[in-house]
Amino acid sequence: MLTLTCPCCGVSGEETEFHAGGEAHLKRYGPGSSDNDFEGYLFMRENPKGVHFERWRHVYGCGKWFLAARCTATLEVFGTYPAQTTEPPQDIKDKITAKRPGWSWRDFA
Amino acid sequence: MSEPVSFYKGRVAKGDVTVTDAGLQGMITLRGDLSNAKVKAAVKKVAKVAVPAQRKAEVTDGRGAAWMSPDELLILVPYAEAEAAAADLSAALAGQHHLAVNVSDARAYIRVEGQGAREVLAKNAPVDLSPAAFAAKDFRRTRMGQAAAALWLDDTGAFHVVCFRSVGDYLFDLLAQSAKDGPVGVF
Ligand SMILES: [Zn+2]
Repeated sequence: MLTLTCPCCGVSGEETEFHAGGEAHLKRYGPGSSDNDFEGYLFMRENPKGVHFERWRHVYGCGKWFLAARCTATLEVFGTYPAQTTEPPQDIKDKITAKRPGWSWRDFA
Repeated sequence: MSEPVSFYKGRVAKGDVTVTDAGLQGMITLRGDLSNAKVKAAVKKVAKVAVPAQRKAEVTDGRGAAWMSPDELLILVPYAEAEAAAADLSAALAGQHHLAVNVSDARAYIRVEGQGAREVLAKNAPVDLSPAAFAAKDFRRTRMGQAAAALWLDDTGAFHVVCFRSVGDYLFDLLAQSAKDGPVGVF
């Protein structure tokens, strides 16, 4: 069971109060993009054992979307942060590095 | 004119912990920038309280406000005033990005009180409702059983629960059964 802290309302709740929204930090490729970029945007997802970044929605609470950094193997949550970010904040990256030295995920490390 | 009736029409489940129809209650959803001076003034005028802090409810005798999300308040007024109060909010916030809607009849409203009320609720929600973690004026949106609900605790030790009317029967029955089974002796 995951325990997530919603950065929008401050509630620390267990995962049944939230809803998972898939991978975080996707870059959208729309009309005019190459077929490869569009395919990647639509279909290509990470499936790591370890550090992962996801979108979550506090569906039974404040209703807001946010992002979470967690470990898929241990369910440890490294931190949550606002959805209005294009990459994980430095303090979240630092926390991950402290616990999983040498981690990388897509372009982030 | 039809006479307004509450969703539960006076339903009561009596016991050590009593679950009761909390009656007709005017409720207005207000969305907007809660830090904005015009919004603050409009809330003060209609709800007679300041914009509540995060996850707090300031409610006295059916009038007040509760913090729903960073951009949403639940405004409480007497049922008969709700339509006018929503219009007052909209007038006060004209030209400003906001939403004020009378949702009184979209909601079901329950009061849960008595020794052990905390546990009767806590059995159904993934929330720490111990006295140390949840005090008077605390407000929480969560899930109770399978349904979304919001609750707050008043100064008298009574809990107020709000849910969508469509799941009103479910939630009342859930809490009534939980009350009948009694507290579990954790808090
Ligand atoms: Zn939240």
